[in-house]
Amino acid sequence: MTTAEATARPRRSRRRRRSGLQRKQTRLAWLLVAPALLIVAFVAFYPLGRTVYQSFTNEQFLALEPTKWVGLDNYHRLIHDTAFRHAVWVTVKFTLITVSFEFVLGLIIALVVNSSFKGRGVMRAVMLVPWAIPTVVSAQMWRWMYDQIFGPINDAGVRLHILSHNVAWIADPSTALWAVCAVDIWKTAPFVALLLLAGLQVIPHDLYEAADVDGASKLSQFWRITLPLLKPAILVALIFRTLDALRVFDIFYVFFGSRPDTQTMSILAQNTIVTTGDVGYGAAISVAIFLIVGLFVVIYTTFLRVQEQ
Amino acid sequence: MKHRAVLVLAGLSCALAVAIALTVAAAGSAGTAEPSSPAAVKPPPVLGANAIKAKYGGQSITFVGDAAVGNSHVRDQNLVAQFSKQTGIKVKLVPHPSSGTDAYQQLARNFSSHSSSIDVMMLDVIWPGAFAPYLVNLKPALGQQAKLHAAGIVLNDTVNGKLVAMPWFGDFGILYYRKDLLKKYGYSSPPTTWAQLGAMSKKIQDGEKASNPNFYGFVYQGNSYEGLTCDSLEWLASSGGGQFIDGGKVTINNPKAAAILNLQRSWVGNIVPQAVTTYQEEDARNAFDSGNAAFMRNWPYAYSASKGTPVDGKFGVTTLPHSGKSPSVGTVGGWQLGISKYSKHVGAATEFVRWMTGPAVERYDAIFNSNVPTIPAVATIPAVVKTNPYLIPSIAKVTRVTRPARYLGTHYAQGSQAIYQGINQILNGKSAQSVLPGIATQLNQLVKK
Repeated sequence: MTTAEATARPRRSRRRRRSGLQRKQTRLAWLLVAPALLIVAFVAFYPLGRTVYQSFTNEQFLALEPTKWVGLDNYHRLIHDTAFRHAVWVTVKFTLITVSFEFVLGLIIALVVNSSFKGRGVMRAVMLVPWAIPTVVSAQMWRWMYDQIFGPINDAGVRLHILSHNVAWIADPSTALWAVCAVDIWKTAPFVALLLLAGLQVIPHDLYEAADVDGASKLSQFWRITLPLLKPAILVALIFRTLDALRVFDIFYVFFGSRPDTQTMSILAQNTIVTTGDVGYGAAISVAIFLIVGLFVVIYTTFLRVQEQ
Repeated sequence: MKHRAVLVLAGLSCALAVAIALTVAAAGSAGTAEPSSPAAVKPPPVLGANAIKAKYGGQSITFVGDAAVGNSHVRDQNLVAQFSKQTGIKVKLVPHPSSGTDAYQQLARNFSSHSSSIDVMMLDVIWPGAFAPYLVNLKPALGQQAKLHAAGIVLNDTVNGKLVAMPWFGDFGILYYRKDLLKKYGYSSPPTTWAQLGAMSKKIQDGEKASNPNFYGFVYQGNSYEGLTCDSLEWLASSGGGQFIDGGKVTINNPKAAAILNLQRSWVGNIVPQAVTTYQEEDARNAFDSGNAAFMRNWPYAYSASKGTPVDGKFGVTTLPHSGKSPSVGTVGGWQLGISKYSKHVGAATEFVRWMTGPAVERYDAIFNSNVPTIPAVATIPAVVKTNPYLIPSIAKVTRVTRPARYLGTHYAQGSQAIYQGINQILNGKSAQSVLPGIATQLNQLVKK
């Protein structure tokens, strides 16, 4: 007892002494980050908290009756909602298709613009043009390009005898999702390329020189040097793209409006809140999206941490 | 809604064109101008103004009128000035927000706070159901005058036996057709039945395909949005398929509705471009105006909007087709006037609404702002037809049908979405029999709420 106290006391006092200085610093640190925290709380936590709260109510957008607390009713309804299940499926399909194509194409583009050739600077700038156009604008542009009667895609296809007749790319349920994926890939592959290019540029060049001396082929250099060293950049690119794709809204909104067979999770949430004015249920959908996206974040970050170790 | 904004624009350009034409005409024949041009027409006098003045003179009411855009607002200003001058009732004019949703919300907030700050307000044709509990029953005072208006709209404005709003102006769906092509393929008149429309479309399309592989028979608004609720209401009501909800009962799931919807589905990808399931008003008009379609369903705005396009002078208008014994119909889009239950000057407000929704003001509005009158008799006045040339007698008299807003009340947007999403799926290939029960279930839940 006494020995324990004796050993404990100096430790405690030492801690107190250290914490005297530390507390000062801590207070200053808190003071310095307070504005940032306040802003984050205001723009992130407050809306998030409010959405979670709303998801337990029957709040209506333009209601004349007061809002009531309904407990888990909205979540109960969500589990049985086939429209929501379909929206999740559409979103996941879209994410898998676009992220895999964007990754492969982005990697190819990055490798090309990483090699030295004449006009590389111009090439790097030009490749970013699709990424620089606001999505709503490029989506509207593509909507016109896909047009069944006036669209240049049909026109070119028919002239080149690739198509026998004009196709209603966006209206036809069998081509609609692919049409929208193509636009997303066109737009975002350059962004993936940019992220991967940054990763490629930090790989030391002497590794390749050593490999050349050892007589390794270009292909095995790619598999054994480039790809392993690019892994962190690849993971960052995949996280960015997956999270973006899971929350996709703008392209689908321009292409399909509230068409039920091509609704993504975000479209369904927006439509439920704005068009039908069902704020409570829409909030429940939003929370579900938050959890689904969060799940992917957890999977990726765990994967990253495993990689680091 | 989009078509309303487009309509305003179209109305503006139409009025401008007519104004220019009349200036030119007046320069040619000075002194013979009849007061039927938008520029020259004056607000009509208030009947019995002295009696009204004696009773309500000096009172002050607030009127939430049309959005502060172009001629609509000028019309409101002119009318309010005329009414105030003659009756001594001060009318404070406040334009409503130009977005329909915002305008709705403004009124919803006003009603839920029991505010007396608004006396008379403009109501979209799909709002009376939601606001009925907050509106004055106009039947005792204006029931007689309501009989002048198209019966379908009066029915729309009657909720639980109470006339909660008076029709003011409103357009409706009509059929546009290519006169030159009908003649070329040996037809002397436009189709009157849906079957005829199908047969004529097929023949014209087959012939035209040789020179234009992208030619189609018929285009309309098939996108998953409010416009499809309007279009499909016309298909059903003109084919004995009911009006989605009749007498408070959900009727959408019936064999005749399924039959006409399946007929429409069978046309998509054949005489109707498959892309129709993404079409709104302007998409349909682009296809028709560029000479890629023989027939089009659209609102009257397309009549003046199609001026100066490749089909200018080649198209005519008529009522939409029907099937069997059911009449041709047109879905109404438009505006009503209502009086707030919380108004402190219901008497003065009623006199204002009586004058505003009477034949004289409707005539003025039709000429000044090219709005479609809700009183069929006004629609046949030559001066009105002159500014609204699509108002040929058969069109002016067509049966008007309204969307089931008075049964759905505040859940209208949700109910309409169930309808247009479902029917969009039918047009995309699902059979009507597999989709209609689902829509009916959703509507039933909303009607009971």
